[in-house]
Formats: sequence, structure tokens, C-alpha cells
Amino acid sequence: MSTTTASDSKRKAPAGERVADWADGRLGIYGLAKANMRKIFPDHWSFMLGEICLYSFIIIILTGVYLTLFFHPSMNEIEYHGSYVPMQGIRMTEAYASTLDISFDVRGGLLIRQIHHWAAVIFLAGMFVHMMRVFFTGAFRKPREVNWLFGFLLLVLGMFTGFTGYSLPDDLLSGTGVRFTQGAILSMPIVGTYISMFLFGGEFPGHDMVARFYSIHILLLPGIMLGLVVAHLILVFYHKHTQFPGPGRTNNNVVGMPLLPVYMAKAGGFFFLVFGVIAVISGMFTINPIWTMGPYRPDQVSTGAQPDWYMGFAEGLVRVMPGWEINLWGHTLVLGVFIPLVVFGLMLAAIALYPFIEAWITGDKREHHILDRPRNAPTRTALGVAWVTAYMIMLVGGGNDIFATHFHLSINAITWFVRIAFFAGPVIAFIVTKRICLGLQRRDRDKVLHGRESGIIKRLPHGEFVEIHEPLSQAQRYSLTAHEQYTPAEIGPTVDENGVERKPTRMQKLRAKLSKGYYGEGNQIPKPTVEEYQEITSGHGHH
Amino acid sequence: MKKLSARRRHPLAAVVVLLLALAATGGLYAAFAPAGKAQADETAQSLAIEEGKKLYTVGCASCHGTGGQGTTDGPSLVGVGSAAVDFQVGTGRMPAQQPGAQVPEKRNIYSQAEIDQLAAYVASLGPGPITPTEKQYSPQGADIARGGDLFRTNCAQCHNFTGAGGALTHGKYAPPLTDVSPKHIYEAMQTGPQNMPSFPDTIMPEKEKKDIIAYIRTVNDDRTATPGGFALGGVGPVSEGLFGWIFGLGSLIAVAVWVAAHTAKAKKS
Repeated sequence: MSTTTASDSKRKAPAGERVADWADGRLGIYGLAKANMRKIFPDHWSFMLGEICLYSFIIIILTGVYLTLFFHPSMNEIEYHGSYVPMQGIRMTEAYASTLDISFDVRGGLLIRQIHHWAAVIFLAGMFVHMMRVFFTGAFRKPREVNWLFGFLLLVLGMFTGFTGYSLPDDLLSGTGVRFTQGAILSMPIVGTYISMFLFGGEFPGHDMVARFYSIHILLLPGIMLGLVVAHLILVFYHKHTQFPGPGRTNNNVVGMPLLPVYMAKAGGFFFLVFGVIAVISGMFTINPIWTMGPYRPDQVSTGAQPDWYMGFAEGLVRVMPGWEINLWGHTLVLGVFIPLVVFGLMLAAIALYPFIEAWITGDKREHHILDRPRNAPTRTALGVAWVTAYMIMLVGGGNDIFATHFHLSINAITWFVRIAFFAGPVIAFIVTKRICLGLQRRDRDKVLHGRESGIIKRLPHGEFVEIHEPLSQAQRYSLTAHEQYTPAEIGPTVDENGVERKPTRMQKLRAKLSKGYYGEGNQIPKPTVEEYQEITSGHGHH
Repeated sequence: MKKLSARRRHPLAAVVVLLLALAATGGLYAAFAPAGKAQADETAQSLAIEEGKKLYTVGCASCHGTGGQGTTDGPSLVGVGSAAVDFQVGTGRMPAQQPGAQVPEKRNIYSQAEIDQLAAYVASLGPGPITPTEKQYSPQGADIARGGDLFRTNCAQCHNFTGAGGALTHGKYAPPLTDVSPKHIYEAMQTGPQNMPSFPDTIMPEKEKKDIIAYIRTVNDDRTATPGGFALGGVGPVSEGLFGWIFGLGSLIAVAVWVAAHTAKAKKS
């Protein structure tokens, strides 16, 4: 504490110290710094994926503020007389005209717009990959389920913030996207028409859309996201960072470098690297050239109208769904759009709920700070890959026309491929991934018991050739066997100690079945035991 | 005379006589030629048709029939007009290499004179759209912005915002309009080749066609300025998303790997 009294202030403290003392007296920074300055973070490149997201989010906010200075969120119709010749004299909304002005007449406007948009594309992609890292390493397990949900919400909110931002310029491409969304809203039974009327302030497109999307895009959603980002980071600090298994790393420690100075320097530098890479891309590559698209008019449409990539799988779901509909009592239920909307929600909900499902299956109530290597959780890894496969297939469905023209294929053939692959692909991916994981587990087991294949062939006196296996170091053996293997949950005896019959509930049976699928025989390779290792290395010669 | 008769048995005499005879024949032909020329002037058209029919018999008849009446392999050419021939042959689409969902553009092997002869022959089969003159299709002084509006209303649903092309059903497609000559764009609108609807002058007057041509030349051309940098194909968010993932996030992950690999190390003393 900094209770400087008159008696010991004979020498004058350095300026920095006095400023720090002043701040501590009012903010208590010494206590905070003491608790957090030496906070340890483990070193691994995949732990920096979240940083990419954080930094691109900051870049989006900074560039977004600049854009708000020049953007007019208004749907008043005006005639364009700016500097882009092919739009001269065209009637358009102020929103579109001001976006053209930002692109051509505001100093640095186009670069900032492109940084904003590229950063958004990369932000979403970064969140996707960050989430996959957390998923495949099992970092979502207790105590981090809530933080997983925060991250999930950030992804979903990011998708919708991106969507509303993409709609603001009111160009022909984004207008088509909004029309698509309105169609999805309308497909909801009973409430659809009401929600549409409420959202657009009357019939589509109306005159309120841009102004409403504007406040959603720059205030409501980013505000919530900012709060979630802060909460996400606080929880990372509170839980401490996870680490990969290795010698000296336990569930009760974190092995790595301190926040100050190492990670402050690294993270600070990384921010500028991220900013630099995004700025270079934005300076060199066009994104969303709204000037080529023209103003939105409901009677016009272009081919190749897609949303940004993170909405692409929703686009795919609608594109490949057969146009079924039910007409009853004067009402239409558009299954061709409504079913994709439901599947879209289910696919997202599956990610959100997975940690809870797995916790229920394992019944594990302990905390986990050591990460799983993906191969050591074969069923989880296979499920994740199956999900990603379904997602990627739908991205192909969403871009079916571009795939058709650029690979000289029939769009109908692609659509049928996607329809079949959406069901078959995840199953195949699940089986293949699981086999690969089990194969890798066998390899690890082999390495621990027999050592690394050295590639050196030795000829024995009696003529036999053997390959020399180099034994692993103790540290390597530890890393390969540090993971924990669950035993499948049993339903338990159906008769209790008093001989009274107990009927297992349906949930118990389901849990036992799932648990067997996760951890039963053949679904994980038993890791080598100490006895096995000792027997092999006890000097009975080469296996 | 003596000199002549003295050499009448010279070994080269026969050759000289032959040359004289040939010269006389040639002279006589030359004398009759003016009459022949006058006849040709009258039938320049018929001569072109004649030549065109020959070209047609070699290159087109196997699918379109010996008289342009059409077969199971190709449609009738009666009434398609010279503009259609000029477009199809001029862009190399015809003669087709093979049947398929759509006949692609390829290198044109006919000279413009031959194309004109073919067009003359096909035009003689029945009245149809006539090959436009430069005055008709030249985008000089046309209204680019209006062309853009017309393009988005009539063309963009298949050809994309700026004519980058797009997919149609069952392997058919609307081709990209990059560097298509104004004449061929005009003819395509006039005749509606393959899967394209036609926009005759009654629906889309000559001036509007010029506006559209001017717009395409402005936004989809080798000289078109791309103020945002490389256009990534100009096909919209699919290529942008792919680029963002592979090069955007890809290079950031590479940077992350690099940063993580350069960590502070404990000093060895």
C-alpha cells in the first residue's frame, strides 16, 4: 500500500511512482496488479486464436466509428450526383448514396470500409476456429461451460451483427439478402407475418429498415457483444488458462510465462500484427464493391446473390431444400423455408448444448484444466468433425451457382449431391474420424511401449533383421499417458441389497448406452499401464 | 516475212505460238470481261449466298440440315437472320464442337468475309434480324447509368451485377460478358442465342441496347478500374469468404504460430 507519510517523504519519489501512488490511492491498482501482473499463461499458438477474434473485434469497432461519421441511415430517396459515373442520376436511398460517398469521396473511406468488412469476415472465421479449438481439446468442460455459452452467444450475435451491417448500404445484393430473411420470417407459422410487419414497420421493404438495422448494428448488438467479450475475458482470468498435458503440468497449476512483461508484449505486438495483416488485405483486395451492385429495388435481382460466409450455411439449407408447402384452410405453411429455418436453429443449438450433454454422459463433476488431445476423445472429436462436415456441405449448397460456373458442373447435380451428402457426409466423417483417432491412440500406445521407430535396421547374429526402436524419454511417455480414460457408465444392479427389484429409468438406459458409445470397448484404446511397460522393458529382449 | 518463215522450224517456234495463242485467248477473255463484271455486280449478293452455301455445306449442314431446315441435332435456321449467324460464328460458338448443355464460346476459325457469306446464305432462307452496323451498336455517347439500371432489370438475374456470369439449370450458364465486343452484345440481345431470351427493338429500342453496352464496357472490361484492389472474380461473397478464410485467417494463424514459437526463454548463465 502507498500510505506515504510526511516523515519518510524526505527524498522525492520518481514521477512515475508518484503517478502510480496517486492512482493507487483512488483506484487500488497495486492490489489488482499484484494479483494479476504475474498471472501465468501457457504458450501455444492455438491459444492465440481467441486473440485474433478480440483484436479484429477492436478493429471493427474503431473502423465502425469512423464509418458512422459519414453514413446516413436513411431511406429517403435522392438522385446520385457523386463521383462514380455509372451511378450518375440514378435514384437511390441516402443510405446507398452515402456508402458510395464513403467509397469514393471520403478520404480513406474505401480503405476503412474494406478494413471494417474484411475484419468482420475474419472475426467470424476466427471465432469459428477458436470455438473448434476449444471443442476439440475439451476446454469447455467444467468449470468453463458458462464461458463456452458466452463464446457461443458471441458467435451468434456476431453473425447477426454482420448480417445487419451487410444490409445497411441498401445495395441490390444486401437488399436481396434482407428479402431472403424476410421470407424466412414469413415462413414461421402464425407469428411470421406479425414479426415481419413489426420488424420492417409495414410491408417489405418499407422506409424504416435501414434506420432500424442501423441502431441494431451499431448499438444494440455490439453493446451486448462488448459486455460478453469483457465477461468472457474475466472468466478466462478467473478460471486461469487451460494447458496441454506435459511433465509438471497438473490440474492445479499453470505452466507458462507471466502476463507482465511477456504476454503484454506478445499480445500487444500481436494486435498490431493482426491489424497490419487485415490492413494489407483491405488495401489490396476488394470486398463488397457496392458501387457495382446498384441500389436495392425489389423488382431487380442478380445471380450470385449470397450472404457473407457465416450466413452461407443458412443460404445452403434453403437452396437445397425441396420447395414443399402445405395449404390448409386458406393458410400456407412453407416447409421449403421453414424446415431450413428450424435446422439452422438446431445446428446452432447443438453447439451450445454439447458441453452439458457430454457432462451428463460422463457424470464427471470434477474441474478440468488439462486439455484433451483430440485423439484421446474419439467420439467427441468424431461428432465435432461430423458437425463441421454438415456445415461445410451446406456452404457448398449456399454457393451452388458459383461452384456450377467455376467447376463447369450442373447446378442441379450439385444440389442433389448436397442433399445426399448432408445426411451421408456427417455419418462417413464420424466413422472415418473415429477410426483415425483410434489408430492414433494405438500408435501412441505402441510408441510408449516399444519406443520410436528409429529407421535403423540391425541384423542379428542368426540373420534376422530388426528395426531398432528408441525408447521415449520419461517426459514424452508422461505426455502420452497423462490423459484420463473413463469407464462406461453402468446402469448398476437391477436388484438392490435387499433383493428389491429396481427398474432403471429410460434416461438411465440412454445414458448407459451413450456412455458405452463414448468409452466402451472398441471406442477407446486402453492406454498402456505401468505393468505392461515394465514387463516389456524388463529385459526379455526385443518383443 | 522472210525472217518469220525462216524460223518457222525453230525448236522454240511451237512454244512461241502457244504463248501467242494464250495471249490471244487471255486478251479475248479480257475483252469480254466487262460484260462479265456487269453481271457480277448484279449478283454480288447471290455470289455471296453461293459461297456461303458452300461454307454452310461443309461446316453446318450435318446438324442444321442441307437446306437449313434443321435436324434432330440442330434447330432450323430459317428466319434466324444474319445477326444470329454473325454472333454464333463470330464468337466461335458455331460450328459446335460437340452436343451438350450449352455450346461454349471458342476460338473463331472463320474470317469476317466468310462469316458474312454464311450470314448471307442463312439470311436468304427467311427474313430475320440483320447484322447491325457500327452506328447501331457503338456505345459512343450512350447513358451509362441508365444502361446500368436496364442491365440490373433485364440482365443481372442471369449475368450477375456486372456481367461476371452465372449458373442456369442443368449445366447451362449465362457466360461472363468480359471483353465481349459491342457488336456481339448487340446481336445477342437482338437474337437471343441459346438459352438467352431475345430483346428485339420493339421491346428494347436501339438506344437502350447502346446504353447497356456502354454500361458493360464501363464496369466489366480489362480497363475497368477496381478502386478496392483485386476484384476476386467479382462474383460476390463466396469468393470473398473463401479468400478471408484461406488468406485472411490463414495468414493470421501463421502469424500466431510464429509469435508462439518466439517465446521468452530462461537465460542460461
